[in-house]
Amino acid sequence: MNAVRRGLGNGLVQAFLVVIGLVWVTPLAGLFLSSLRSAQDTAKGGWWTALASPGQLSFDNYSALLKNAGITQAFWNTVLISVPTTVLVVGIAALAGYAFAWLDFPLREPLFLLVVALLVVPVQIGLLPVAKLFGQLGLFGTIPGVVLFHVAYGLPFAVFLLRNYFAEMPKEMLEAARMDGGSEWRIFTRLVLPVGRPAIASLAIFQFLWVWNDMLVALLFADSSSQPLTVQLQSQIRQFGSNIDVLAPGAFLSLIVPVIVFFAFQRHFVQGVMAGSVK
Amino acid sequence: MTATTLVSKEAAPRAAGAARGRRSRRRARTVALLFVFPALLLLGALVVYPVLFSVGRSFFDASGTRFVGGGNYAEMFRDPATLKAIRNTTIWVVVAPALLTGLGLILAVLVEKVRWATAFKLLLFMPMAVSFLAAGIIFRLAYDEDPDKGVLDAAVVSVHDAFEGTSSYPTARGREGLLDQGRDGSYLSHAAVSPGDSVTLPLVGVLPGDLPRDASPARPAARRGAGAGEVRGVVYLDFTPGGGGKQGRVDPEESGLPGMKVEALRDGRTVASTTSSSDGSFRFTGLHQGSYTVKLPASNFAPPYQGVSWLGPTLVTPAIIGAYLWIWTGFAMVLIGAGLSSLPRDALEAARMDGANEWQIFRRITVPLLAPVLTVVFVTLVINVMKVFDLVYVIAPGPVQEDATVLATQMWLVSFGGGNNQGLGSALGVLLLVLVIPAMVFNVRRFRRSQR
Repeated sequence: MNAVRRGLGNGLVQAFLVVIGLVWVTPLAGLFLSSLRSAQDTAKGGWWTALASPGQLSFDNYSALLKNAGITQAFWNTVLISVPTTVLVVGIAALAGYAFAWLDFPLREPLFLLVVALLVVPVQIGLLPVAKLFGQLGLFGTIPGVVLFHVAYGLPFAVFLLRNYFAEMPKEMLEAARMDGGSEWRIFTRLVLPVGRPAIASLAIFQFLWVWNDMLVALLFADSSSQPLTVQLQSQIRQFGSNIDVLAPGAFLSLIVPVIVFFAFQRHFVQGVMAGSVK
Repeated sequence: MTATTLVSKEAAPRAAGAARGRRSRRRARTVALLFVFPALLLLGALVVYPVLFSVGRSFFDASGTRFVGGGNYAEMFRDPATLKAIRNTTIWVVVAPALLTGLGLILAVLVEKVRWATAFKLLLFMPMAVSFLAAGIIFRLAYDEDPDKGVLDAAVVSVHDAFEGTSSYPTARGREGLLDQGRDGSYLSHAAVSPGDSVTLPLVGVLPGDLPRDASPARPAARRGAGAGEVRGVVYLDFTPGGGGKQGRVDPEESGLPGMKVEALRDGRTVASTTSSSDGSFRFTGLHQGSYTVKLPASNFAPPYQGVSWLGPTLVTPAIIGAYLWIWTGFAMVLIGAGLSSLPRDALEAARMDGANEWQIFRRITVPLLAPVLTVVFVTLVINVMKVFDLVYVIAPGPVQEDATVLATQMWLVSFGGGNNQGLGSALGVLLLVLVIPAMVFNVRRFRRSQR
């Protein structure tokens, strides 16, 4: 009797989770199927009608998208913004993280507490002053400008994460390396970076996704020639409804890279997001 | 590299003089400063300085020339648009983190009971990889008001129609003079009807597309007489295609109206109801003697149910919160799940041994033990929710933007999006910062404690 009830309960749990799973998949499936339908079909009925008549589906929208200079340019801009940002954040934060963990310099403690405090500073507060600053420096509307802003606002978390990770290294290991006559630079590149690989990987993935998916920063700091995919697509949202054959494949293009990264590096991804959630 | 020589010297035999030791220590400091310099420069110039600048700027007017003291902050609570933003952000903060933590907790507990837990977690976590923009487009599609386009309204309409039924003839009207119109939009037979009578109910104004394909001419049925104790009749379209018919008469080519709900009323109360068949005929049997009225209820003529206006002014914020749940539930579930797996197994086992049921275990043991994790998840979500921008900016359609506005979007609109009031914009930015200061203090405290 008890077993029957437990079996029934388990069946209910499974059914509930299946429903939740469907609710989660459906919007995404809707986007994907919409991206494969012509504007005429979309005007006639919802994407689910394509399930009954798969003849509607084709990759025409995607080939049109690849011929669309604005979109391809924006795609490359996204790469040109997110890859250098990731490299810079990881590099600069690793240097600083190592210094905060193992080197001695004046105001080390208060400066690190400042970094911790900066963790939650909202990006919004920097927009206006940095826009003015970049205007004077000629960086406004350029890719380096967008990158610099992202690097600065990525640093507190990155320094925090790496400093804490490096601080866990056994002291003897570093002292042995110093005894062997290694310079700090050598110790950093040969010892600290390899040991820190797991944390660096999580950080890099988190940072890459953060910047790849950003819209707000680029909305302000990029102009039409340096704007990433998110901003390019956002500018077309006003005509929503008439241009789903552009928006849907565009959105899919923009999300497929992070989703691939997600499935390829699940563990690092989850760790990175978990650690980064303190932001 | 000077640093290289310096450190190797330091490692050299202690015979080196004290002066040299001091110099090398100073050099070691220089190296350390070189290591932190890039980070400190960027943080100082692009984070710390802007914070100070914004705080200062928030005390000046739109053009930045006149000092207004707390004027912008007072303005914030006077201006209806920013007030709306404050109100909406409050709704977000009150609703979203609580819902997410609850949902995450339930799913984290339930998912452990199935074998495909990993696949489920991956699926729910995946939206975390998707940009708010893409998620915004996904939900603009899903929330489309037209049930022929938006999947959500398609579902709502089909559920609604399954329970309420569809009205078949939204444009139909009764032939004037032959049918009376009820106050609620229904139509009633003009003359009283008694058992043994047959009635004809003429309607006009049915769109050709609304006429079902199986509709057949009403004339044969109209000629059939009614038996004792029954009322017969036809509902028909009193219109002969091509002209030539007579008003109020069932002409040979005139079609019956199938699927029409028909009610028999006695003293204003419905005593029988039926639905017309393909030739528009209907029949009430077993009626007692007396005088009846035949009624076509208003539901026959109701405009088709159009679903819910998700992105209209009233529902837009809940709708966007729904999209936010889609993105963040996986996060809450995985984080709580991690806490769950570190719970002491024996406490749960002991409770089970003592005969506690699953609900009691959940209420009395799991939730209290998980409290620290739940707090972390909740606080994290509060911080994130306060800064929500992209999703609102993308999902709320232009005209509804001001109904959906939150602090972050309002700050953007005021500073850059036409408002062009950088004084007020800075004040809103500072408000956002002030709101996260508790989290800032929490982080610093937690860090200092961990260092001891």
